[in-house]
Amino acid sequence: MAYSEKVLDHYENPRNVGAFSKEDEGVGTGMVGAPACGDVMKLQIKVGKDGVIEDAKFKTYGCGSAIASSSLVTEWVKGKTVEQALEIKNTQIAEELALPPVKIHCSILAEDAIKAAVADYKKKHEG
Amino acid sequence: MSIDLLQDFFGLFGLPRRFRIDEAALEFAYHDLQGRVHPDRFAHLPDSEKRLSMQWATQVNEGFRTLRKPLSRATYLLELMGVDAGLHTNTAMSPAFLMEQMEWREAVEEARAAGEAEELAQLHTRLRQHSREVFDELARQCDDEHDYSAAAETLRRLMFMEKLQHEIDDALEALES
Repeated sequence: MAYSEKVLDHYENPRNVGAFSKEDEGVGTGMVGAPACGDVMKLQIKVGKDGVIEDAKFKTYGCGSAIASSSLVTEWVKGKTVEQALEIKNTQIAEELALPPVKIHCSILAEDAIKAAVADYKKKHEG
Repeated sequence: MSIDLLQDFFGLFGLPRRFRIDEAALEFAYHDLQGRVHPDRFAHLPDSEKRLSMQWATQVNEGFRTLRKPLSRATYLLELMGVDAGLHTNTAMSPAFLMEQMEWREAVEEARAAGEAEELAQLHTRLRQHSREVFDELARQCDDEHDYSAAAETLRRLMFMEKLQHEIDDALEALES
């Protein structure tokens, strides 16, 4: 299958690959997976005291579209508040990367990874 | 010869609707049906009959493909039981399971990069053993406990393990060539 140029760019030069310590106060970790294709995605956000996401890292085992989707969202969430990050929709990701219909699930995975990371962050900061 | 296109694949091959199946019986029923609905047998008949035989043959082939492999058989069985296994939509696996998957994938990646065929072969054996246990769990949930939503969760886990198995096979192949 032909990948779009943007997918290839993120695939060949993935942004923000890596990990933060999960124990870190300001870090939220989201783990998600897509059973149909066996892709596994870990997305972490590092949130400042003001509630703004300062940095993000990811590690994805999956196809080019899954890697590109997670790489892209690590760029998008930076500078956003956690609430704003939750507004990122898979359709925006799919549109930006020109994903074909069979790869839409990769963008869904990335959206779900953000939600899971934010949920983890919020859980740490409850009560 | 006619077959009922509305019956499910288990019915088509005369098998009970279960995850554990008699593989030899499936194979036998498949060859038997295939012989009976083969389009050559209908060559002398009117077009409408020919078309029908084509539909039967397609149904028989698709049924066999679906039931032969455990993962597609389980997916199909759950569908019949009205449970969507969520293979395309359910991304919320247990974090511990996903973390374990990620560690497996890292181990495979490292062994591949280092050219450690023996390490890969060991991972392969461990994974196979583990899969067998999880398949047993799936069979219990489907056939003994009839807990189909638990079975759906187990099926999703097995999908990841299948992918992992492919990754290890690919890595071993790459090292051998």
